[in-house]
Amino acid sequence: MTGLVALLAQVGTEAQVDTTFDVPANVVFAVTAVFMIVAALRVVTTKNIVHAALWLIIVLGGVGVQYLLLQAEFVAVTQFLVYLGAIVVLILFGVMLTRAPLGVSTDLDNDLKPLGIGAGLVLAVVMGFALIQSFGADQLDFRAYDSALGLDDPQTAAAGRTGAVADGIFGQYLIPFEMISVLLLAALIGAIVLARRD
Amino acid sequence: MSSTVLLGLELAYWQQTAIRVLVGLTALLLLTGGVVYLYLFKFVSFMQSRLGPMEAGPFGSLQLLAEVGKWLQKEDIAPDRADKFIFGLAPAVVLASTFLMFVVIPAGPNAVIADLHTGIYFALAVSSLSVIGVLMAGWASANKYSLMGALRAGGQLIAYELPLILSVVGVVIMAGSLNLQDIVAAQANGAIFGWDGIGNPFILSQFVGFVIFMIAVQAELTQSPFDMPIAESELVAGYQVEYSGIKFLVYFIAEFATAVAFAAIASTLFLGGWDLPASWGIGDGAMHVIGPINISIKAVLLVGVVFWARFSLPRFREDQLQALAWKVLIPLSLANIVLTSIFKVAF
Amino acid sequence: MLLNQFLLLSAILFCIGVYGVIVRRNGVLVLMSIEIILNAVNINLVVFSTYWGIGGQVFALFIISIAAAEVGVGLAIVLLIYRNRRSIDIDELDELKG
Repeated sequence: MTGLVALLAQVGTEAQVDTTFDVPANVVFAVTAVFMIVAALRVVTTKNIVHAALWLIIVLGGVGVQYLLLQAEFVAVTQFLVYLGAIVVLILFGVMLTRAPLGVSTDLDNDLKPLGIGAGLVLAVVMGFALIQSFGADQLDFRAYDSALGLDDPQTAAAGRTGAVADGIFGQYLIPFEMISVLLLAALIGAIVLARRD
Repeated sequence: MSSTVLLGLELAYWQQTAIRVLVGLTALLLLTGGVVYLYLFKFVSFMQSRLGPMEAGPFGSLQLLAEVGKWLQKEDIAPDRADKFIFGLAPAVVLASTFLMFVVIPAGPNAVIADLHTGIYFALAVSSLSVIGVLMAGWASANKYSLMGALRAGGQLIAYELPLILSVVGVVIMAGSLNLQDIVAAQANGAIFGWDGIGNPFILSQFVGFVIFMIAVQAELTQSPFDMPIAESELVAGYQVEYSGIKFLVYFIAEFATAVAFAAIASTLFLGGWDLPASWGIGDGAMHVIGPINISIKAVLLVGVVFWARFSLPRFREDQLQALAWKVLIPLSLANIVLTSIFKVAF
Repeated sequence: MLLNQFLLLSAILFCIGVYGVIVRRNGVLVLMSIEIILNAVNINLVVFSTYWGIGGQVFALFIISIAAAEVGVGLAIVLLIYRNRRSIDIDELDELKG
């Protein structure tokens, strides 16, 4: 708790000292973060399985917005395309093909709620303490990041970041990329074998 | 970035964006209305040897306004057992997905709401969000025909999302960019074996991609011959069956605005977009005026192709539709990508 | 922006996901909780990519594609369970217990 208070105090002073403190980005962050946390809590507590999938959309969309704030445009658009356009649709599809009653279902939770709350809180405290201890009030600095990628001109930096992702995938990380293709092929065949009726 | 001079006025970034959004929205609704009048009212009438609407305005040109007025007066009914909130939210999700597609489509050297570096990728990503609205509508209506229609729509839209995206990859390889302005410039500045009289519209080198793209667009729009999700004779009207009044109007607008959006994307990717070939030597100043007209004409003509197919072809069976996507279109578009890459490296 | 605001957000999402995995007994809801956990990890990767180069974003993309594969296979299994037992309650799947 004291760590958190110290962090908040540091945030307050940083805001006055550091002239690059970006107010609009922080407002967007705060609003999106509140929406995401509320939606994530609803996903794990709601009594209607389709509502859970729809709350999940807000969580995943919010993650996409966070990627945009972190200047990862390509990852953000991939998040919208794959997570919202495909994964959530698949989940909704699976739910509606099996059992999706309107209204409240009572059999969605087991009786491990105290264990779940305990595990969640312990993890939250441990991770929160570790993060505040190690990173304190470190600032994100996109200029240093861009110049490390050789993108000093702000006009071309955004395109360069997308290009840098491409260079990464097809350069340094080519072998993992090929592994992913094999994995996707295996998953495709596996899903067909599991789902076919014969 | 902070301010640009437009017509002698200094405008802040948010003012520019507001103007762009307003102008873009007006143009979108006008184009959609024009397309509905031109094709849904008149074109189909002439194909069926009748006159179509003639009473409201000259040649029935104000018929659409009369129809909108009729829908706005109707009572907005929701089924008693429906999930009312999601039932009301679903049309908004579909409409938002449509409007977001227009954000990245350029209509001139500077006439684009947001010139994203991942432009075409973004447009395809947001176009895939409409299926969430369809599934929400089908489930929340508390009607088994709605749910079956939504499940058919879900399966169909997921299946045709793949050829839609894969057919665009060929163009992206040719242009070397995901940005739609770069793709337009690549076509205007290109040359066919050294001859630059008409630039290099990608429909010539990517004809297979163009055909796959238009078939996939037809399926994404759930237009006949791919209209199983809203098949009247089997499912009444699919996921739209419980909707009335303004919510049905929203679905109607979204359907035709999406047709315009996909046609505008197709004309940008394959027909050169707003730009004229660079060898014609028309300056940027004139292109501010010619560009929007140019892409509007191309888009309206491509919507005509979509409607031509819609009114001419009978409906597929569900298994034929899935077989066409997975066994024909996806392998063809993958082969197209491989061949395009080989030719790109070879030449 | 602070580094920690993103890291704390992702930590909170991770904990909510863990709670969901423990408490939910419906197979699809467990899959959704796992998606929340994966997204929390992805936020971490993208945040640290601003520190140590583009690798974080590349691995975030890899995780997104693996998540798609996982959901595909997971839902195929759920559909199969539903077809055999008319229920997707994963707490009842204890027939192999010795």
